[in-house]
Amino acid sequence: MMAYTTHPTSPRASADGGLSLSLVWVRLCSSALVSAALAAGLSSPLAGQTIAITGGTVYPVSGPRLENATVLMRDGRIVAVGTNVQVPAGAQQVDARGKWVTPGLIDVATQIGITEIGAVQGTNEGTLAGNDVSASFNVLEGINPASQLIPVARIEGITTVMSSPGGGLISGQAVALDLWGDRIEDMVIKSPVAVVGQINEGAKGTGGGSRAGVMARLRRLFNDAREYQRRRADYQRRQMPDLSAPVADLEALLPVLRGELPIVLAANRRSDIENALRLAREYTLKLVIDGAVEGWQVADQLATARVPVIINPLTDIPSYDGLSPKLENAALLSRAGVQVIIASFDSHNSRNIKQLAGNAVTYGVEWDAAADVAVWSGDPFEFSSAAEKVFIRGMEVPLTSRQRDLLRRYKSLPPKYQ
Amino acid sequence: MKLHVIGLTLSLTACAGAASQTAQQTSPQAAATPPETTSVDRPQYPSTYRRTPYPPVLIGNATILTGTGQEIAGGSILFRDGRIVAVGQTLQAPADAQVVDGTGKFVTPGVIDTHSHIGVYAAPGTFAESDGNELPVSPNTAHVWAEHAIWPQDPQIPLAIAGGVTTMQVLPGSGNLIGGRGVTVKVIPVRTVQEMKFPDAPYGLKMACGENPKRVYGERGGPATRMGNMAGYRSAFIAAENYRHKWDKWLADKKGDQPERNLRDETLMEVLRGHILVQNHCYRADEMVQMLDLAREFGFQIRSFHHGVEAYKIADRLAEAGTAASIWADWWGFKEEAMDGIPENAALMFQAGARPVIHSDSPEGIQRLNQEAAKAMYAGRRAGIDVSRADAVKWFTSNAAWVLGIDSIVGTLEAGKMADLVLWSGDPFSVYSRAMQVYNDGYLIYDRSDPTKQVVTDFGLGQVKR
Repeated sequence: MMAYTTHPTSPRASADGGLSLSLVWVRLCSSALVSAALAAGLSSPLAGQTIAITGGTVYPVSGPRLENATVLMRDGRIVAVGTNVQVPAGAQQVDARGKWVTPGLIDVATQIGITEIGAVQGTNEGTLAGNDVSASFNVLEGINPASQLIPVARIEGITTVMSSPGGGLISGQAVALDLWGDRIEDMVIKSPVAVVGQINEGAKGTGGGSRAGVMARLRRLFNDAREYQRRRADYQRRQMPDLSAPVADLEALLPVLRGELPIVLAANRRSDIENALRLAREYTLKLVIDGAVEGWQVADQLATARVPVIINPLTDIPSYDGLSPKLENAALLSRAGVQVIIASFDSHNSRNIKQLAGNAVTYGVEWDAAADVAVWSGDPFEFSSAAEKVFIRGMEVPLTSRQRDLLRRYKSLPPKYQ
Repeated sequence: MKLHVIGLTLSLTACAGAASQTAQQTSPQAAATPPETTSVDRPQYPSTYRRTPYPPVLIGNATILTGTGQEIAGGSILFRDGRIVAVGQTLQAPADAQVVDGTGKFVTPGVIDTHSHIGVYAAPGTFAESDGNELPVSPNTAHVWAEHAIWPQDPQIPLAIAGGVTTMQVLPGSGNLIGGRGVTVKVIPVRTVQEMKFPDAPYGLKMACGENPKRVYGERGGPATRMGNMAGYRSAFIAAENYRHKWDKWLADKKGDQPERNLRDETLMEVLRGHILVQNHCYRADEMVQMLDLAREFGFQIRSFHHGVEAYKIADRLAEAGTAASIWADWWGFKEEAMDGIPENAALMFQAGARPVIHSDSPEGIQRLNQEAAKAMYAGRRAGIDVSRADAVKWFTSNAAWVLGIDSIVGTLEAGKMADLVLWSGDPFSVYSRAMQVYNDGYLIYDRSDPTKQVVTDFGLGQVKR
């Protein structure tokens, strides 16, 4: 299983680039059986601050597990991981004996930052209404760094997300964020990190009510984007036939058509997945499949095409968009050599990717493989475990959230409001 | 209380205890004379549930969480003919018993979900199967019964069984102030709802507070506000009081014409009589307390709030009222009234001496109520609340049975109780454990290691690849 992680000592460097390149940053969470608001009020990191997490069982993900190892961070970067790391004088030491140290969790199917209350439209920023093709729509400036969802996820070890637009045929551009920072600029890791679209049942309306129409429309769109690129001058002289989308959206598709930017397409039914693979071959796309409910049926094709899948491993309710879901989906895909990314497909409960990963293990995924995807503590996937310390960009973040505030207020009744 | 007792409540009163169905079958005289009965005296969609015979079973050397607050290490359980015979440290296997080795495994009562829409919102989830909300017809649809819409071939049923669920309450949705009757069913593959209906289980009445009725009726004549919601319930129960008065009077003196039947009022009358248990969708603390006052005004009990994301704020009041809260472990934020949900909700209820239940309201969630309870239990422990596995298992077994009014029949592992139980591969509060065997009324309804013991509904035949 995969791997939106590169070697922890070389952040932002990756052999295959793309999503995996961009979604990695330096973050660790160490965890233990007992959490609570231990870290509340810890000092902010200073430039040049050095932190050494020592004595823990370290899961670097990029390599084998290390017992009694040290993770050394400086200036927001991991500078060393190993059993023979010298801790510099003056480094802040974190004793992780008996604990597990892993990269922070990354959720790549979420709208954290661009949604607050599902049913309150005024708090949702993820969909550009009225446009089926919104390739130029980037959600970045819809991000609300003050969202209550961010600390709720962060205190449970989710440190990074890909926040994605939704709806239409081409929904727009997703961004990679760290779940820390007062300003959008502080949070963003990469923008855009991918173009997101859908060819599942939900997209049928954009193709005139037919999956075939959806695929035809995508091809016309891609052809128009290429044609526009070739004949930009003609376009400016108004000597081009009508294009199937505004040029801003065609422009935004060019990095996708050059294979520079991944395109994440939601597809669940086997035939939809195969449609996506065919499209990717025709246009040499850097394709990622999102959903992939029936992916297990085409695991070999996905592996051969080196197409990663983003899945919820607990999807098992049949629908006409995927009549044959299977709890072994993650295991079968993984075993076939497909890069599998477990994601929440949720925002408020992004934190449950631990539970999803744990269940994927229960249904056959190797733990170590799964640990690539969702990473945690004392066994991070177990309900008995919790994040005890979370570091983002090398700094320890306070384990506080509005939910913890409510708990404190109402732990004994009647509550005190003053 | 006999089968289909709620439907027959009127007739029992009317005929002074003469069960019309039996009389018709056994008395030749009754067959000869045209019966002087009307629809109200006849059976109302009675349960035709029948236990499937199965040999006696002894599960030995397992950790048993009894649902009564006990955890027995290295325990055994023996059941025969659908009844638990004994639970204890070491039991002798009768000669005819199947013996199951429980080493390393756990046994709990069968999982009970107090809040499901399986069958009324069946997969594959198209409009054709969308039968859970009688909308937008009237904010009071007390006349509709969920059981009239449950599709027994819903492919979600086998998924729930594989999650250890033996009993569930199927409720109408929450778009109306009063959504209609819910029904408690055995989770088994049969042809008809009647065969699923849990014998002797009382009906539930689905009521809903807050945003949903406002949203549905706000621009359709109301209720548009929470004021309107409260006025709507009160008007409905005032009408039901009058209806009850009319019927009681007629039943006492039989003077004049029999009052006209009205299905809406009939259901609410049975609530007032205490025969139907109120199951109230309600999120906010302040609204729940309004509903407790409403129940006091009309002299009934609210058996359980459902969803109750703010139950922890009034855990003391709920304990005092004897009203349970059927809640999610950690859902929050999908709408404004759900913003204050916290994972410690169940544990704080427990701490206050109230009755928490982990419910699903979800075809996914119902498959893992043990995991949901685990999250809630550990969140409580991390907050310093001393809640054990033996306590937390009640949240999806015995407390749930109480909410459904069937706690004298199921929900715990005790001699004499119905043999609904789950054999787990390990600690049910671990993410790595799964239901290995599920017994419903003593019958092995699911065995993870035996594909012939895994149900496929008609929907799955031929089109769902396995």
